[in-house]
Amino acid sequence: MLKGKTAIITGGSRGIGAAVTYKLASLGANVAVIYAGNNVAAENVCNQCKDDFGVEARAYVCNVSDFDAVKKTVSEIKKDFGSAQILINNAGITKDGLVVMMKEDDFDKVIDTNLKGSFNMIRHCIPLFLRSSEGCIVNISSVSGLMGNVGQSNYSASKAGLIGLTKSVAKEYASKGIRCNAVAPGFIKSDMTESHAENPLLSMIPLGKMGEVQDVAEAVAYLVGAKYVTGEVLRVDGGIAM
Amino acid sequence: MYFDAIAKVISERTGRDVADIKPENTFTELGIDSLDTVDLLMSLEDEIGVEIELDQKVETVADLDKFIQSKVQG
Ligand SMILES: NC(=O)c1ccc[n+]([C@@H]2O[C@H](COP(=O)([O-])OP(=O)(O)OC[C@H]3O[C@@H](n4cnc5c(N)ncnc54)[C@H](OP(=O)(O)O)[C@@H]3O)[C@@H](O)[C@H]2O)c1
Repeated sequence: MLKGKTAIITGGSRGIGAAVTYKLASLGANVAVIYAGNNVAAENVCNQCKDDFGVEARAYVCNVSDFDAVKKTVSEIKKDFGSAQILINNAGITKDGLVVMMKEDDFDKVIDTNLKGSFNMIRHCIPLFLRSSEGCIVNISSVSGLMGNVGQSNYSASKAGLIGLTKSVAKEYASKGIRCNAVAPGFIKSDMTESHAENPLLSMIPLGKMGEVQDVAEAVAYLVGAKYVTGEVLRVDGGIAM
Repeated sequence: MYFDAIAKVISERTGRDVADIKPENTFTELGIDSLDTVDLLMSLEDEIGVEIELDQKVETVADLDKFIQSKVQG
């Protein structure tokens, strides 16, 4: 289904991003994995994709919040793969705290990685997409961006901002054959939510359990293939935000 | 001077005669919106063989010509 296409996945070394990378590779896409520092994990994901599906897979260390570093990495990817048609903005961090105690730096870092990082990637990938006259962007938002969450003002703001970014990009580039959608996961088992295993919010999930990273990967794959869908926010949350 | 190359690409896109395209024409007058100027620039890159990143808004054909010259010179 995605044979001959190249997908760039930020934060593809672990958790949801690794599952998305594996899923897109299983559909035949070549994958460019961007990670922050965990070289071993990133190489593992790439080797798995190569071994299991025979696709091309490469890892790139890059801090997505750095505009110039992203520019350089996207041009390296262009050199290595020829082009790219799919971008998954998944890299994200949390630095939780009550507003009244939150440090300026904790607010800035979360916005810089989650929101500006996605902008940086989109900014530098759009020229590639315009050249191919096709492109598909999926931004990994969060139900925190839809509902808000105590202790996550920075994170919720970044994820709500990502939804605005998604819809603007969807409108701006629809006429050029480029789609942009978002997925809003709820509680998904990963390193990020390790400390949430006892979270009282878990009892409020209608489907009664946390999600798996593969659940998010399936939703991303759907949006990549859904040629008539753009500007959409797809919740993968066991019903918590309905 | 990249005027001839620009005029050629505009003519291909809009069907206008090359002779009717003047440096002082705005892209709006020529029926090209700001997103189309990005596309136009990509066709131009192929035409003149250099990669140019459009990182500012250009109003007229002469503006674009000047912009490309400044980028190409470095
Ligand atoms: N887990 C959930 O319940 C949940 C719910 C809603 C939304 N989400 C969102 O889903 C996405 C993935 O979450 P996850 O749980 O899979 O997270 P995770 O396990 O903590 O993994 C984060 C990934 O992002 C990369 N990364 C972090 N900062 C980066 C930076 N500045 N530049 C480049 N890469 C960076 C990490 O690279 P390294 O491996 O090199 O550190 C890692 O691959 C995030 O955007 C998160 O907000 C998660």
